Amino acid sequence: MKNDIMTIQSQRRLAEETYEMVLQLPHAGALTAAHTPAQKQHILPGQFLNIRLDGSYLRRPISICEWTEDTLTIIYKTVGRGTTKMSRMQTGEKLDVLWPLGNGYDLSSFGESGSVSQSAAQPLLIGGGAGVPPMFGLCRKLVETGVQPKVILGFRSAADVFYRNEFETLGAEVILTTEDGSAGIKGFVTDAMDGICYDSLFACGPEAMLQAVDEKAPAGMPGQMSFERRMGCGFGACMGCSCRTKYGSKRICVEGPVLERSEIVW
Amino acid sequence: MVRETAPRTVPTTAPDTAVTLCGIEMTNPVMAASGTFGYGREFADLYDIDLLGSFSFKGTTPKPRFGNETPRIAECTEGMLNSVGLQNPGVDAVISEELPALAEVFHKPVMANVCGGCPEDYAEVTEKLEIADAQNEAQRRPQIGWIEVNISCPNVKSGGMVFGTDPKAAASVIRAVRQKTKKPVIAKLSPNVTDITEIGRACEAAGADGLTAINTLLGMRIDLKSRRPVLANTMGGFSGPAVFPVALRAVYQLCRTVDIPVIGCGGIASAENVLEMMMAGAAAVQVGSANLVDPYACKGIIEELPRVMKQYGIKALQELTAQAQVR
Repeated sequence: MKNDIMTIQSQRRLAEETYEMVLQLPHAGALTAAHTPAQKQHILPGQFLNIRLDGSYLRRPISICEWTEDTLTIIYKTVGRGTTKMSRMQTGEKLDVLWPLGNGYDLSSFGESGSVSQSAAQPLLIGGGAGVPPMFGLCRKLVETGVQPKVILGFRSAADVFYRNEFETLGAEVILTTEDGSAGIKGFVTDAMDGICYDSLFACGPEAMLQAVDEKAPAGMPGQMSFERRMGCGFGACMGCSCRTKYGSKRICVEGPVLERSEIVW
Repeated sequence: MVRETAPRTVPTTAPDTAVTLCGIEMTNPVMAASGTFGYGREFADLYDIDLLGSFSFKGTTPKPRFGNETPRIAECTEGMLNSVGLQNPGVDAVISEELPALAEVFHKPVMANVCGGCPEDYAEVTEKLEIADAQNEAQRRPQIGWIEVNISCPNVKSGGMVFGTDPKAAASVIRAVRQKTKKPVIAKLSPNVTDITEIGRACEAAGADGLTAINTLLGMRIDLKSRRPVLANTMGGFSGPAVFPVALRAVYQLCRTVDIPVIGCGGIASAENVLEMMMAGAAAVQVGSANLVDPYACKGIIEELPRVMKQYGIKALQELTAQAQVR
Protein backbone atom coordinates (compact mmCIF):
# COMPACT_ATOMS: atom_id res chain seq x y z
CA MET A 1 0.00 0.00 0.00
CA LYS A 2 1.23 3.46 -0.86
CA ASN A 3 -0.02 6.89 0.15
CA ASP A 4 0.28 9.28 -2.80
CA ILE A 5 -1.01 12.67 -3.82
CA MET A 6 -2.53 12.29 -7.28
CA THR A 7 -3.54 15.05 -9.67
CA ILE A 8 -6.85 15.05 -11.49
CA GLN A 9 -6.00 14.89 -15.19
CA SER A 10 -9.58 14.83 -16.41
CA GLN A 11 -13.11 14.26 -15.23
CA ARG A 12 -16.29 13.68 -17.20
CA ARG A 13 -19.88 12.72 -16.55
CA LEU A 14 -20.57 9.29 -18.05
CA ALA A 15 -24.19 8.65 -17.09
CA GLU A 16 -26.78 9.44 -14.43
CA GLU A 17 -24.83 10.26 -11.22
CA THR A 18 -21.81 8.52 -12.73
CA TYR A 19 -18.39 10.10 -13.30
CA GLU A 20 -15.10 9.00 -14.80
CA MET A 21 -11.94 10.50 -13.33
CA VAL A 22 -8.41 10.05 -14.63
CA LEU A 23 -5.74 10.51 -11.97
CA GLN A 24 -2.14 11.37 -12.76
CA LEU A 25 0.35 9.43 -10.64
CA PRO A 26 3.02 11.46 -8.84
CA HIS A 27 5.86 9.63 -10.57
CA ALA A 28 5.80 9.20 -14.35
CA GLY A 29 5.91 5.57 -15.43
CA ALA A 30 5.07 4.35 -11.93
CA LEU A 31 2.70 1.74 -13.22
CA THR A 32 3.16 -1.01 -15.72
CA ALA A 33 1.06 -0.36 -18.78
CA ALA A 34 -1.33 -3.24 -19.23
CA HIS A 35 0.37 -4.30 -22.46
CA THR A 36 3.81 -4.59 -20.90
CA PRO A 37 4.58 -8.00 -19.46
CA ALA A 38 7.11 -6.82 -16.87
CA GLN A 39 5.52 -5.30 -13.80
CA LYS A 40 6.74 -2.31 -11.84
CA GLN A 41 3.94 -1.51 -9.41
CA HIS A 42 2.03 -4.75 -9.24
CA ILE A 43 -1.63 -3.98 -9.80
CA LEU A 44 -4.55 -6.27 -10.51
CA PRO A 45 -8.05 -5.65 -11.79
CA GLY A 46 -10.45 -5.60 -8.84
CA GLN A 47 -8.13 -3.64 -6.57
CA PHE A 48 -9.26 -0.27 -5.24
CA LEU A 49 -8.22 3.18 -4.06
CA ASN A 50 -9.18 4.80 -0.77
CA ILE A 51 -9.54 8.53 -1.28
CA ARG A 52 -9.52 11.26 1.36
CA LEU A 53 -12.01 14.05 0.64
CA ASP A 54 -12.37 17.46 2.25
CA GLY A 55 -15.44 17.55 4.44
CA SER A 56 -15.63 13.79 4.94
CA TYR A 57 -13.99 12.00 7.85
CA LEU A 58 -13.55 8.52 6.42
CA ARG A 59 -11.91 7.85 3.08
CA ARG A 60 -14.02 6.67 0.12
CA PRO A 61 -13.10 3.29 -1.38
CA ILE A 62 -13.41 3.33 -5.18
CA SER A 63 -12.47 0.49 -7.50
CA ILE A 64 -9.78 0.91 -10.16
CA CYS A 65 -11.24 0.76 -13.67
CA GLU A 66 -8.03 0.72 -15.69
CA TRP A 67 -4.50 2.09 -15.70
CA THR A 68 -1.60 3.17 -17.87
CA GLU A 69 2.02 3.77 -16.91
CA ASP A 70 1.17 7.22 -15.58
CA THR A 71 -2.54 7.25 -14.83
CA LEU A 72 -5.34 5.49 -12.99
CA THR A 73 -8.94 5.68 -14.16
CA ILE A 74 -11.81 5.39 -11.70
CA ILE A 75 -15.54 5.46 -12.28
CA TYR A 76 -17.76 6.33 -9.34
CA LYS A 77 -21.36 7.14 -8.51
CA THR A 78 -22.32 10.23 -6.54
CA VAL A 79 -24.00 8.46 -3.64
CA GLY A 80 -23.43 11.02 -0.90
CA ARG A 81 -21.90 14.36 0.00
CA GLY A 82 -18.31 13.15 -0.37
CA THR A 83 -18.59 11.77 -3.87
CA THR A 84 -20.82 14.68 -4.96
CA LYS A 85 -18.08 17.08 -3.89
CA MET A 86 -15.55 14.92 -5.72
CA SER A 87 -17.58 15.14 -8.93
CA ARG A 88 -17.19 18.95 -8.82
CA MET A 89 -13.41 18.86 -8.58
CA GLN A 90 -11.46 20.34 -11.48
CA THR A 91 -8.51 19.24 -13.58
CA GLY A 92 -5.28 19.99 -11.70
CA GLU A 93 -6.78 19.56 -8.23
CA LYS A 94 -5.16 16.95 -6.02
CA LEU A 95 -6.39 13.93 -4.08
CA ASP A 96 -4.79 12.05 -1.16
CA VAL A 97 -4.96 8.37 -2.14
CA LEU A 98 -4.11 5.07 -0.44
CA TRP A 99 -3.51 2.43 -3.13
CA PRO A 100 -3.55 -0.20 -4.47
CA LEU A 101 -5.78 -1.95 -1.91
CA GLY A 102 -7.42 -5.37 -1.84
CA ASN A 103 -6.49 -8.65 -3.47
CA GLY A 104 -7.90 -8.18 -7.00
CA TYR A 105 -8.92 -10.92 -9.42
CA ASP A 106 -6.65 -13.96 -9.54
CA LEU A 107 -5.86 -14.65 -13.19
CA SER A 108 -3.17 -17.25 -12.56
CA SER A 109 -5.42 -20.02 -13.92
CA PHE A 110 -5.23 -18.44 -17.39
CA GLY A 111 -1.70 -19.63 -18.06
CA GLU A 112 0.74 -18.22 -20.58
CA SER A 113 -0.31 -15.61 -23.10
CA GLY A 114 -1.07 -17.15 -26.49
CA SER A 115 -1.21 -20.71 -25.21
CA VAL A 116 -3.87 -23.16 -26.36
CA SER A 117 -5.63 -22.98 -23.01
CA GLN A 118 -5.88 -19.19 -23.45
CA SER A 119 -7.72 -19.25 -26.75
CA ALA A 120 -10.01 -22.05 -25.54
CA ALA A 121 -10.96 -20.33 -22.27
CA GLN A 122 -14.48 -18.92 -22.15
CA PRO A 123 -14.79 -16.58 -19.20
CA LEU A 124 -18.04 -14.71 -18.61
CA LEU A 125 -17.76 -11.25 -17.04
CA ILE A 126 -20.83 -9.76 -15.34
CA GLY A 127 -20.95 -6.20 -14.07
CA GLY A 128 -23.94 -4.52 -12.47
CA GLY A 129 -24.08 -0.70 -12.12
CA ALA A 130 -21.18 0.51 -9.99
CA GLY A 131 -19.76 -3.01 -10.36
CA VAL A 132 -19.00 -2.44 -14.06
CA PRO A 133 -15.68 -0.49 -13.72
CA PRO A 134 -13.48 -3.30 -12.31
CA MET A 135 -14.87 -5.57 -15.05
CA PHE A 136 -13.37 -3.25 -17.64
CA GLY A 137 -9.81 -3.56 -16.30
CA LEU A 138 -10.34 -7.30 -16.02
CA CYS A 139 -11.68 -7.56 -19.56
CA ARG A 140 -8.72 -5.64 -20.97
CA LYS A 141 -6.27 -7.80 -19.05
CA LEU A 142 -7.91 -10.97 -20.39
CA VAL A 143 -8.03 -9.70 -23.96
CA GLU A 144 -4.34 -8.79 -23.78
CA THR A 145 -3.45 -12.32 -22.76
CA GLY A 146 -5.36 -13.77 -25.69
CA VAL A 147 -8.65 -14.60 -24.01
CA GLN A 148 -11.97 -13.59 -25.58
CA PRO A 149 -14.34 -12.87 -22.68
CA LYS A 150 -18.09 -12.49 -22.99
CA VAL A 151 -19.52 -9.58 -21.02
CA ILE A 152 -22.94 -8.88 -19.53
CA LEU A 153 -23.53 -5.34 -18.31
CA GLY A 154 -26.59 -4.59 -16.20
CA PHE A 155 -28.06 -1.18 -15.40
CA ARG A 156 -31.36 0.19 -14.09
CA SER A 157 -32.19 2.18 -17.20
CA ALA A 158 -30.71 3.61 -20.44
CA ALA A 159 -29.68 6.81 -18.62
CA ASP A 160 -27.40 4.78 -16.34
CA VAL A 161 -25.53 2.92 -19.09
CA PHE A 162 -21.81 3.57 -19.48
CA TYR A 163 -18.74 1.95 -21.10
CA ARG A 164 -20.66 -0.30 -23.50
CA ASN A 165 -18.62 1.03 -26.43
CA GLU A 166 -15.36 0.81 -24.47
CA PHE A 167 -15.94 -2.90 -23.84
CA GLU A 168 -16.80 -3.46 -27.50
CA THR A 169 -13.66 -1.58 -28.58
CA LEU A 170 -11.64 -4.12 -26.59
CA GLY A 171 -13.18 -6.78 -28.81
CA ALA A 172 -15.46 -8.27 -26.19
CA GLU A 173 -18.91 -9.59 -27.01
CA VAL A 174 -21.22 -7.36 -24.91
CA ILE A 175 -24.80 -8.07 -23.85
CA LEU A 176 -26.61 -5.15 -22.25
CA THR A 177 -29.54 -5.42 -19.84
CA THR A 178 -31.67 -2.76 -18.19
CA GLU A 179 -34.30 -3.33 -15.55
CA ASP A 180 -36.86 -1.16 -17.38
CA GLY A 181 -35.95 -2.35 -20.86
CA SER A 182 -35.00 1.15 -22.07
CA ALA A 183 -31.77 -0.28 -23.50
CA GLY A 184 -30.71 -3.82 -24.37
CA ILE A 185 -32.52 -6.81 -22.91
CA LYS A 186 -35.26 -5.99 -20.39
CA GLY A 187 -34.50 -7.58 -17.06
CA PHE A 188 -31.57 -8.48 -14.85
CA VAL A 189 -28.11 -9.73 -15.82
CA THR A 190 -29.24 -13.24 -14.95
CA ASP A 191 -31.85 -13.04 -17.73
CA ALA A 192 -28.97 -12.70 -20.22
CA MET A 193 -27.05 -15.72 -18.91
CA ASP A 194 -29.24 -18.30 -20.67
CA GLY A 195 -27.73 -19.72 -23.81
CA ILE A 196 -24.25 -18.27 -23.22
CA CYS A 197 -21.40 -20.75 -23.36
CA TYR A 198 -18.85 -20.12 -20.59
CA ASP A 199 -16.50 -22.08 -18.38
CA SER A 200 -15.59 -19.52 -15.70
CA LEU A 201 -17.33 -16.59 -14.10
CA PHE A 202 -16.26 -13.14 -12.89
CA ALA A 203 -18.77 -10.76 -11.35
CA CYS A 204 -19.04 -7.45 -9.53
CA GLY A 205 -22.21 -5.66 -8.47
CA PRO A 206 -24.80 -5.45 -5.70
CA GLU A 207 -24.79 -8.47 -3.40
CA ALA A 208 -28.32 -9.51 -4.45
CA MET A 209 -27.11 -9.60 -8.07
CA LEU A 210 -24.04 -11.64 -7.15
CA GLN A 211 -26.16 -14.16 -5.32
CA ALA A 212 -28.61 -14.46 -8.22
CA VAL A 213 -25.70 -14.95 -10.63
CA ASP A 214 -24.21 -17.61 -8.37
CA GLU A 215 -27.52 -19.49 -8.24
CA LYS A 216 -27.93 -19.33 -12.02
CA ALA A 217 -24.39 -20.45 -12.89
CA PRO A 218 -23.58 -24.18 -12.97
CA ALA A 219 -22.60 -25.48 -9.53
CA GLY A 220 -18.89 -26.07 -9.17
CA MET A 221 -17.85 -23.84 -12.07
CA PRO A 222 -14.81 -21.71 -11.15
CA GLY A 223 -15.67 -18.12 -10.44
CA GLN A 224 -14.65 -15.00 -8.57
CA MET A 225 -16.88 -12.25 -7.23
CA SER A 226 -16.03 -8.82 -5.91
CA PHE A 227 -17.92 -7.58 -2.85
CA GLU A 228 -18.69 -4.15 -1.49
CA ARG A 229 -18.76 -3.25 2.21
CA ARG A 230 -18.73 -0.08 4.23
CA MET A 231 -15.11 0.31 5.30
CA GLY A 232 -13.38 2.17 8.06
CA CYS A 233 -9.74 2.11 7.01
CA GLY A 234 -9.48 0.02 3.82
CA PHE A 235 -6.20 -1.61 4.83
CA GLY A 236 -7.13 -4.21 7.42
CA ALA A 237 -6.83 -2.39 10.72
CA CYS A 238 -10.39 -1.73 11.89
CA MET A 239 -12.22 -4.98 11.15
CA GLY A 240 -15.17 -2.92 9.91
CA CYS A 241 -15.73 -4.84 6.66
CA SER A 242 -15.41 -8.46 7.80
CA CYS A 243 -17.44 -11.18 6.16
CA ARG A 244 -17.91 -14.87 6.80
CA THR A 245 -16.49 -17.35 4.29
CA LYS A 246 -16.28 -21.13 4.27
CA TYR A 247 -12.65 -20.71 5.34
CA GLY A 248 -13.34 -18.35 8.23
CA SER A 249 -13.69 -14.63 8.58
CA LYS A 250 -12.12 -12.41 5.92
CA ARG A 251 -11.61 -8.66 5.67
CA ILE A 252 -13.17 -7.43 2.41
CA CYS A 253 -10.48 -4.72 2.21
CA VAL A 254 -7.49 -7.08 2.43
CA GLU A 255 -8.48 -10.71 1.78
CA GLY A 256 -11.18 -9.34 -0.57
CA PRO A 257 -12.89 -7.61 -2.26
CA VAL A 258 -12.63 -10.60 -4.59
CA LEU A 259 -13.72 -13.95 -3.16
CA GLU A 260 -13.60 -17.34 -4.84
CA ARG A 261 -17.10 -18.56 -5.63
CA SER A 262 -16.38 -21.77 -3.71
CA GLU A 263 -15.74 -19.92 -0.42
CA ILE A 264 -18.69 -17.53 -0.44
CA VAL A 265 -21.31 -17.84 2.29
CA TRP A 266 -24.56 -16.17 1.22
CA MET B 1 39.37 38.26 4.26
CA VAL B 2 38.62 37.89 7.90
CA ARG B 3 37.69 34.42 8.68
CA GLU B 4 34.43 34.34 10.56
CA THR B 5 34.28 32.46 13.77
CA ALA B 6 31.99 29.52 13.88
CA PRO B 7 28.38 30.67 14.04
CA ARG B 8 27.33 31.11 17.61
CA THR B 9 24.92 28.43 18.57
CA VAL B 10 22.44 28.88 21.34
CA PRO B 11 22.86 25.81 23.54
CA THR B 12 19.63 23.97 23.05
CA THR B 13 18.62 20.64 24.36
CA ALA B 14 16.10 18.66 22.39
CA PRO B 15 12.67 18.71 24.05
CA ASP B 16 12.26 15.68 26.28
CA THR B 17 9.31 13.58 25.12
CA ALA B 18 9.96 10.68 27.50
CA VAL B 19 7.29 9.66 30.00
CA THR B 20 6.86 6.90 32.54
CA LEU B 21 3.60 4.99 32.69
CA CYS B 22 3.09 2.78 35.77
CA GLY B 23 6.84 2.36 36.14
CA ILE B 24 7.47 1.56 32.47
CA GLU B 25 9.54 4.11 30.61
CA MET B 26 8.38 5.24 27.17
CA THR B 27 10.35 7.32 24.68
CA ASN B 28 7.21 9.32 24.01
CA PRO B 29 3.64 9.30 25.32
CA VAL B 30 1.96 8.35 22.04
CA MET B 31 0.28 4.96 21.89
CA ALA B 32 -2.10 3.65 19.26
CA ALA B 33 -5.50 2.84 20.79
CA SER B 34 -6.95 -0.64 20.92
CA GLY B 35 -9.07 -1.63 17.94
CA THR B 36 -7.41 0.79 15.54
CA PHE B 37 -4.03 -0.91 15.23
CA GLY B 38 -4.84 -4.64 15.10
CA TYR B 39 -1.84 -6.55 16.45
CA GLY B 40 0.53 -4.16 14.70
CA ARG B 41 1.13 -6.05 11.45
CA GLU B 42 -0.66 -3.74 9.02
CA PHE B 43 1.24 -0.69 10.28
CA ALA B 44 4.62 -2.42 10.58
CA ASP B 45 4.44 -2.84 6.80
CA LEU B 46 4.20 0.95 6.47
CA TYR B 47 6.68 2.35 9.01
CA ASP B 48 8.99 1.38 11.86
CA ILE B 49 6.45 1.00 14.67
CA ASP B 50 9.26 1.02 17.25
CA LEU B 51 8.98 4.79 17.13
CA LEU B 52 5.64 4.55 18.97
CA GLY B 53 5.59 4.98 22.72
CA SER B 54 3.61 1.75 22.56
CA PHE B 55 0.23 0.53 21.37
CA SER B 56 -2.72 -1.31 22.82
CA PHE B 57 -3.56 -4.37 20.79
CA LYS B 58 -7.03 -5.42 19.61
CA GLY B 59 -9.44 -6.34 22.42
CA THR B 60 -8.89 -10.05 23.05
CA THR B 61 -11.40 -12.55 24.43
CA PRO B 62 -11.04 -16.20 25.56
CA LYS B 63 -12.55 -17.59 22.35
CA PRO B 64 -12.44 -16.26 18.76
CA ARG B 65 -15.22 -13.79 17.95
CA PHE B 66 -16.59 -12.82 14.54
CA GLY B 67 -18.20 -9.69 15.94
CA ASN B 68 -21.40 -8.04 14.79
CA GLU B 69 -23.09 -8.14 11.39
CA THR B 70 -22.16 -5.54 8.77
CA PRO B 71 -22.49 -2.62 8.10
CA ARG B 72 -20.31 -1.92 11.12
CA ILE B 73 -19.07 1.52 10.09
CA ALA B 74 -20.86 4.84 9.61
CA GLU B 75 -19.53 8.24 8.59
CA CYS B 76 -20.21 11.21 10.90
CA THR B 77 -19.21 14.86 11.03
CA GLU B 78 -15.58 14.85 12.23
CA GLY B 79 -15.85 11.26 13.30
CA MET B 80 -17.22 7.79 12.77
CA LEU B 81 -19.37 5.11 14.33
CA ASN B 82 -18.21 1.53 14.66
CA SER B 83 -20.04 -1.56 15.83
CA VAL B 84 -17.30 -4.10 15.14
CA GLY B 85 -18.12 -5.98 18.32
CA LEU B 86 -14.69 -7.17 19.43
CA GLN B 87 -13.82 -9.32 16.46
CA ASN B 88 -10.61 -11.11 17.42
CA PRO B 89 -8.97 -14.52 16.94
CA GLY B 90 -9.12 -15.45 20.65
CA VAL B 91 -6.33 -15.40 23.22
CA ASP B 92 -4.79 -18.74 22.19
CA ALA B 93 -4.25 -17.59 18.60
CA VAL B 94 -2.99 -14.24 19.85
CA ILE B 95 -0.35 -16.05 21.92
CA SER B 96 0.62 -18.59 19.26
CA GLU B 97 0.50 -16.36 16.17
CA GLU B 98 0.12 -12.64 16.77
CA LEU B 99 2.59 -12.11 19.61
CA PRO B 100 5.47 -14.00 17.94
CA ALA B 101 4.82 -12.06 14.71
CA LEU B 102 4.73 -8.82 16.69
CA ALA B 103 8.04 -9.61 18.38
CA GLU B 104 9.68 -9.43 14.96
CA VAL B 105 8.59 -5.85 14.33
CA PHE B 106 8.00 -4.26 17.75
CA HIS B 107 10.64 -4.30 20.45
CA LYS B 108 8.94 -2.33 23.23
CA PRO B 109 6.39 -3.42 25.83
CA VAL B 110 2.93 -3.62 24.26
CA MET B 111 -0.36 -2.99 26.06
CA ALA B 112 -2.64 -6.04 26.06
CA ASN B 113 -6.33 -5.16 25.82
CA VAL B 114 -8.47 -7.88 27.42
CA CYS B 115 -12.23 -8.35 27.29
CA GLY B 116 -14.91 -10.89 28.04
CA GLY B 117 -18.53 -11.58 28.92
CA CYS B 118 -17.95 -12.11 32.66
CA PRO B 119 -15.13 -11.39 35.15
CA GLU B 120 -13.87 -14.97 34.72
CA ASP B 121 -13.34 -14.34 30.98
CA TYR B 122 -11.16 -11.32 31.69
CA ALA B 123 -9.24 -13.35 34.28
CA GLU B 124 -8.73 -16.23 31.83
CA VAL B 125 -7.33 -14.01 29.07
CA THR B 126 -5.09 -12.20 31.55
CA GLU B 127 -3.80 -15.43 33.09
CA LYS B 128 -2.99 -16.97 29.71
CA LEU B 129 -1.16 -13.83 28.57
CA GLU B 130 0.68 -13.64 31.90
CA ILE B 131 1.84 -17.27 31.66
CA ALA B 132 2.84 -16.97 27.98
CA ASP B 133 4.77 -13.80 28.70
CA ALA B 134 6.54 -15.35 31.71
CA GLN B 135 7.71 -18.22 29.52
CA ASN B 136 8.77 -15.68 26.96
CA GLU B 137 10.63 -13.70 29.61
CA ALA B 138 13.13 -16.53 30.04
CA GLN B 139 14.40 -15.83 26.52
CA ARG B 140 14.07 -12.07 26.34
CA ARG B 141 12.43 -9.20 28.14
CA PRO B 142 8.66 -9.32 28.65
CA GLN B 143 6.60 -8.49 25.59
CA ILE B 144 3.50 -7.33 27.44
CA GLY B 145 3.92 -4.19 29.55
CA TRP B 146 0.43 -3.44 30.75
CA ILE B 147 -2.96 -5.16 30.86
CA GLU B 148 -5.71 -2.82 29.68
CA VAL B 149 -9.11 -3.98 30.87
CA ASN B 150 -11.84 -3.12 28.39
CA ILE B 151 -14.90 -2.46 30.54
CA SER B 152 -16.24 0.04 28.05
CA CYS B 153 -16.94 -1.56 24.67
CA PRO B 154 -20.47 -0.41 23.67
CA ASN B 155 -20.83 -3.07 20.97
CA VAL B 156 -21.24 -6.30 22.90
CA LYS B 157 -24.39 -7.50 24.63
CA SER B 158 -22.72 -8.98 27.68
CA GLY B 159 -19.52 -7.67 29.17
CA GLY B 160 -17.83 -4.54 27.87
CA MET B 161 -19.75 -1.43 28.78
CA VAL B 162 -22.10 -3.37 31.04
CA PHE B 163 -19.19 -3.51 33.50
CA GLY B 164 -17.92 -0.03 32.87
CA THR B 165 -21.13 1.74 33.74
CA ASP B 166 -21.54 0.31 37.24
CA PRO B 167 -18.88 0.93 39.93
CA LYS B 168 -19.39 -2.43 41.64
CA ALA B 169 -19.27 -4.42 38.39
CA ALA B 170 -16.20 -2.46 37.24
CA ALA B 171 -14.45 -3.23 40.53
CA SER B 172 -15.29 -6.93 40.26
CA VAL B 173 -13.61 -7.18 36.84
CA ILE B 174 -10.54 -5.23 37.97
CA ARG B 175 -10.19 -7.48 41.03
CA ALA B 176 -10.47 -10.62 38.88
CA VAL B 177 -7.72 -9.37 36.56
CA ARG B 178 -5.60 -8.03 39.43
CA GLN B 179 -5.35 -11.52 40.94
CA LYS B 180 -3.93 -12.97 37.72
CA THR B 181 -1.12 -10.58 36.89
CA LYS B 182 1.82 -8.70 38.33
CA LYS B 183 1.77 -6.28 35.42
CA PRO B 184 0.19 -2.86 35.75
CA VAL B 185 -3.59 -3.09 35.28
CA ILE B 186 -5.23 -0.24 33.37
CA ALA B 187 -9.02 0.17 33.34
CA LYS B 188 -10.37 1.57 30.06
CA LEU B 189 -13.40 3.64 30.99
CA SER B 190 -16.65 4.41 29.19
CA PRO B 191 -17.84 8.00 28.78
CA ASN B 192 -21.43 6.74 28.71
CA VAL B 193 -21.94 7.33 32.44
CA THR B 194 -23.30 10.11 34.63
CA ASP B 195 -20.09 10.50 36.63
CA ILE B 196 -16.90 8.97 35.24
CA THR B 197 -14.97 9.76 38.43
CA GLU B 198 -17.19 7.37 40.38
CA ILE B 199 -16.14 4.48 38.09
CA GLY B 200 -12.53 5.66 38.14
CA ARG B 201 -12.44 5.69 41.95
CA ALA B 202 -14.01 2.21 42.09
CA CYS B 203 -11.35 0.85 39.72
CA GLU B 204 -8.57 2.49 41.72
CA ALA B 205 -9.91 1.01 44.96
CA ALA B 206 -10.11 -2.43 43.29
CA GLY B 207 -6.42 -2.32 42.45
CA ALA B 208 -6.13 -0.64 39.06
CA ASP B 209 -2.73 0.98 38.45
CA GLY B 210 -4.01 3.35 35.81
CA LEU B 211 -7.03 4.44 33.75
CA THR B 212 -7.63 5.01 30.06
CA ALA B 213 -10.26 7.62 29.29
CA ILE B 214 -12.27 7.38 27.13
CA ASN B 215 -13.70 4.58 25.03
CA THR B 216 -16.26 5.52 22.34
CA LEU B 217 -19.51 7.39 22.95
CA LEU B 218 -22.68 5.45 22.20
CA GLY B 219 -24.17 6.85 19.00
CA MET B 220 -26.43 6.16 16.04
CA ARG B 221 -27.17 7.20 12.43
CA ILE B 222 -30.24 6.61 10.26
CA ASP B 223 -30.12 6.25 6.47
CA LEU B 224 -32.61 8.68 4.91
CA LYS B 225 -33.40 6.48 1.91
CA SER B 226 -34.03 3.21 3.75
CA ARG B 227 -35.22 4.94 6.97
CA ARG B 228 -33.25 2.28 8.82
CA PRO B 229 -30.22 2.56 11.11
CA VAL B 230 -26.98 2.65 9.11
CA LEU B 231 -25.37 0.11 11.44
CA ALA B 232 -26.69 -3.44 11.39
CA ASN B 233 -26.32 -3.38 15.17
CA THR B 234 -28.40 -0.12 15.30
CA MET B 235 -26.02 1.67 17.69
CA GLY B 236 -22.26 1.94 17.78
CA GLY B 237 -19.32 3.74 19.31
CA PHE B 238 -18.65 7.32 18.19
CA SER B 239 -15.01 8.37 17.86
CA GLY B 240 -12.86 10.87 15.99
CA PRO B 241 -11.90 14.53 16.45
CA ALA B 242 -15.47 15.43 17.46
CA VAL B 243 -15.11 13.59 20.79
CA PHE B 244 -11.83 15.25 21.82
CA PRO B 245 -13.42 17.83 24.15
CA VAL B 246 -15.42 15.09 25.88
CA ALA B 247 -12.28 13.00 26.37
CA LEU B 248 -10.30 15.97 27.62
CA ARG B 249 -13.00 16.79 30.14
CA ALA B 250 -13.06 13.20 31.40
CA VAL B 251 -9.27 13.16 31.79
CA TYR B 252 -9.36 16.47 33.64
CA GLN B 253 -12.05 15.25 36.05
CA LEU B 254 -10.31 11.93 36.66
CA CYS B 255 -6.90 13.46 37.27
CA ARG B 256 -8.42 15.57 40.03
CA THR B 257 -10.05 12.55 41.61
CA VAL B 258 -7.66 9.60 41.47
CA ASP B 259 -3.99 9.18 42.36
CA ILE B 260 -3.18 6.73 39.53
CA PRO B 261 -2.03 7.84 36.07
CA VAL B 262 -4.63 8.51 33.38
CA ILE B 263 -4.09 7.81 29.67
CA GLY B 264 -5.94 10.35 27.53
CA CYS B 265 -7.77 8.84 24.58
CA GLY B 266 -10.43 10.24 22.27
CA GLY B 267 -10.15 12.26 19.09
CA ILE B 268 -6.42 12.96 19.28
CA ALA B 269 -5.16 13.85 15.82
CA SER B 270 -2.24 16.23 16.32
CA ALA B 271 0.78 16.97 18.52
CA GLU B 272 -1.16 19.97 19.85
CA ASN B 273 -3.94 17.61 21.00
CA VAL B 274 -1.30 15.56 22.83
CA LEU B 275 -0.06 18.63 24.73
CA GLU B 276 -3.61 19.63 25.60
CA MET B 277 -4.35 16.15 26.98
CA MET B 278 -1.20 16.22 29.08
CA MET B 279 -2.02 19.70 30.37
CA ALA B 280 -5.30 18.19 31.59
CA GLY B 281 -3.20 15.69 33.50
CA ALA B 282 -2.77 12.71 31.17
CA ALA B 283 0.42 10.71 31.73
CA ALA B 284 0.27 9.29 28.19
CA VAL B 285 -2.13 9.38 25.26
CA GLN B 286 -3.74 7.00 22.82
CA VAL B 287 -4.47 7.82 19.19
CA GLY B 288 -7.41 5.88 17.77
CA SER B 289 -9.55 6.69 14.74
CA ALA B 290 -6.86 8.94 13.25
CA ASN B 291 -4.89 5.75 12.40
CA LEU B 292 -7.75 4.56 10.21
CA VAL B 293 -7.98 7.73 8.16
CA ASP B 294 -4.23 8.34 7.99
CA PRO B 295 -2.18 5.19 8.59
CA TYR B 296 0.83 7.39 9.32
CA ALA B 297 -1.03 9.46 11.96
CA CYS B 298 0.95 8.27 15.01
CA LYS B 299 4.26 8.65 13.18
CA GLY B 300 3.34 12.19 12.15
CA ILE B 301 2.26 13.19 15.66
CA ILE B 302 5.45 11.79 17.23
CA GLU B 303 7.65 13.57 14.70
CA GLU B 304 5.78 16.83 15.26
CA LEU B 305 5.97 16.72 19.08
CA PRO B 306 9.45 18.27 19.57
CA ARG B 307 8.65 21.19 17.28
CA VAL B 308 5.31 21.93 18.92
CA MET B 309 6.85 21.56 22.40
CA LYS B 310 9.44 24.19 21.45
CA GLN B 311 6.72 26.43 20.09
CA TYR B 312 4.99 26.43 23.48
CA GLY B 313 8.18 26.51 25.54
CA ILE B 314 7.83 22.99 26.93
CA LYS B 315 11.12 21.35 27.87
CA ALA B 316 9.80 18.04 29.15
CA LEU B 317 6.40 16.44 28.66
CA GLN B 318 6.40 14.86 32.13
CA GLU B 319 6.34 18.38 33.59
CA LEU B 320 2.93 19.00 32.03
CA THR B 321 1.40 15.99 33.75
CA ALA B 322 3.05 16.88 37.06
CA GLN B 323 1.90 20.49 36.92
CA ALA B 324 -1.67 19.48 36.14
CA GLN B 325 -1.71 17.20 39.15
CA VAL B 326 -0.45 19.90 41.54
CA ARG B 327 -3.36 22.25 40.84
